[in-house]
Amino acid sequence: MSNTRHAELGLSDEKVLDMYRTMLLARKLDERMWLLNRAGKIPFVISCQGQEAAQVGASFALDREIDYVAPYYRDMGVVLAFGMTAKELMLSGFAKAEDPNSGGRQMPGHFGQKKNRILSGSSPVTTQLPHAVGIALAAKMEKKDFVSFVTLGEGSSNQGDFHEGLNFAGVHNLPVITMVENNKYAISVPIEKQIASKTVADRAVSYGMPGVTIDGNDPLAVYEAVKEARERAVNGEGPSLIEAVSYRLTAHSSDDDDRTYRESEEVEEARKKDSIITFAAYLKEVGILTEEVEKEINKSITDIVNEATDYAENAPYAEAESALKYVYEE
Amino acid sequence: MPVMSYIQAVTTALREEMHRDEKVFVLGEDVGKKGGVFRATDGLYDEFGEHRVLDTPLAESAIAGVGIGAAMYGMRPVAEMQFADFIMPAVNQIISEAAKMRYRSNNDWDAPITIRAPYGGGVHGALYHSQSVESIFANQPGLKIVIPSTPYDVKGLLKAAIRDNDPVLFFEHKRAYRLLKGEVPEDDYVLPIGKADVKREGSDITIITYGLCVHFALQAAEKLAEEGIDAHILDLRTIYPLDQEAIIEAAKKTGKVLLITEDNKEGSIIGEVAAIIAENCLFDLDAPIQRLAGPDIPAMPYAPTMEKYFMVNPDKVEKAMRDLAEF
Ligand SMILES: Cc1ncc(C[n+]2csc(CCOP(=O)(O)OP(=O)(O)O)c2C)c(N)n1
Ligand SMILES: [Mg+2]
Repeated sequence: MSNTRHAELGLSDEKVLDMYRTMLLARKLDERMWLLNRAGKIPFVISCQGQEAAQVGASFALDREIDYVAPYYRDMGVVLAFGMTAKELMLSGFAKAEDPNSGGRQMPGHFGQKKNRILSGSSPVTTQLPHAVGIALAAKMEKKDFVSFVTLGEGSSNQGDFHEGLNFAGVHNLPVITMVENNKYAISVPIEKQIASKTVADRAVSYGMPGVTIDGNDPLAVYEAVKEARERAVNGEGPSLIEAVSYRLTAHSSDDDDRTYRESEEVEEARKKDSIITFAAYLKEVGILTEEVEKEINKSITDIVNEATDYAENAPYAEAESALKYVYEE
Repeated sequence: MPVMSYIQAVTTALREEMHRDEKVFVLGEDVGKKGGVFRATDGLYDEFGEHRVLDTPLAESAIAGVGIGAAMYGMRPVAEMQFADFIMPAVNQIISEAAKMRYRSNNDWDAPITIRAPYGGGVHGALYHSQSVESIFANQPGLKIVIPSTPYDVKGLLKAAIRDNDPVLFFEHKRAYRLLKGEVPEDDYVLPIGKADVKREGSDITIITYGLCVHFALQAAEKLAEEGIDAHILDLRTIYPLDQEAIIEAAKKTGKVLLITEDNKEGSIIGEVAAIIAENCLFDLDAPIQRLAGPDIPAMPYAPTMEKYFMVNPDKVEKAMRDLAEF
């Protein structure tokens, strides 16, 4: 079956199945977090739903042994692909002491884990972009082969740090890949009211780098674009901007009610293109996701999510006075 | 021992640190070929090359933010803000990112960046080339803020800032750059961040201040000594976090305290110093705590009459010291 799309991209059957498994794990963890939120067990959720294909497709195109990522709050797919575990994500959901992202200090979705080269993120949007440029500057100065990869929403691409960071990367020709996950909304404000140019990718011209708009629901298309960008980066050909277009399938967060600003028909229409469904269909079509394999994957993911939930729910919180620690080096 | 100016001490510290550790690099506007608008990085570009003395685009948030990213990787960036006044576009990166990096990641990540910026007035710089901006950052745990007053302190403290594993804001008084000269040892010394320094021992009144005002206070103290008024002068050196122990000790020593800043009075650093003294020294005080500061107007005007009116100077300091001694 060497004429399949994934084989043409150099992806083995195992790799694409692993991609699907990672996407599905992100989705199932996210769904569980909503249940926990609605049951009053965790105070907040911010979702990856609808963006798993972009997140996982991109991550698989990176070198997950050496590259650095500066994810934003929806990137559960990215951090899972980069080695954070379901248990660790649940610990963050429950704000428990063992949460590797922040020890329960930050809200869920504020990722960070040094051992997996996941930069620590904050709430003010787009501040991570110059950090990723700084990592790329270090790669260039130290003559290392890694690249940095940074993501953000399309609304966040209006921040000054987007402009300042990408221009800096362009001027200094740095190995950084920026992927805007365009889910068509910034909370309630639609893309038409956010961005004056036709696409986010159009903005790349002014930073002297290539900009492409791709189907963010197609993990293979994203894989291809990021792979190409990475090759250019390590060959000293500089930064890239990628706009992965998909749709935000949930409300902005557990505190938002999206029925106040968008039609449910629109959401239903988008669900037809949900990558969890369409990528599964592709894998079935090419004979990789057999009934047996699917059953095994579903069962193992359910087990992982259950175990993670139980573990995190029963794990201790940080001691109150530990709030005083780590303001400075100790 | 060589005598050098305050700004030469900056350049010397940078050069020595860049030789000591190849992870140290400089970035900012015009810091490369030109050597900085004040020439603080003079000669470094020729010595270390364009990759370690980076002329960046004119974009302060990127200068701070890219520096933070490089620091997270393990580099030792020394970012220059051309004037402290223009640090404003970078405030989000400094306060939301650098200051909180260690804390928010539960000690997993850190951001050991040094951000240098010339501050202060008396140079006909008007509103936007004269400001003291330290109080904006001085209630942000996670940051350290150093303001040296002598060439000797500049070298030892800038080296300490660069080697510190937390973010440090390093404000240099731009009028001090060429006005102040002093002996600076050739050896590789560092001074402790977080420690104030007694610049003059005395028994009648206590002056607590920092930056260029230390120099004014020392000048005034020499004059007043002829009148038999013996001033004790404490240089804060690190204005955040404050050296509470040294402040309390200095206040108790004479029981009469004058606090001086070039910033405008309300909400300035010295208000916090006054609170520390009020909390700890009530029964040791023989006079109300006095503050000498700029007026509460947005910033220093350009015309010489108004600029002079705003600036603290040796005469104003001398008068405030004499008034307190006579209380
Ligand atoms: C600087 C800043 N302003 C406002 C907010 C509040 N806020 C959080 S997410 C968000 C919308 C972001 O939209 P987008 O960038 O498209 O990302 P998405 O949530 O759609 O993935 C807003 C306004 C913030 N976090 N930071
Ligand atoms: Mg969006």
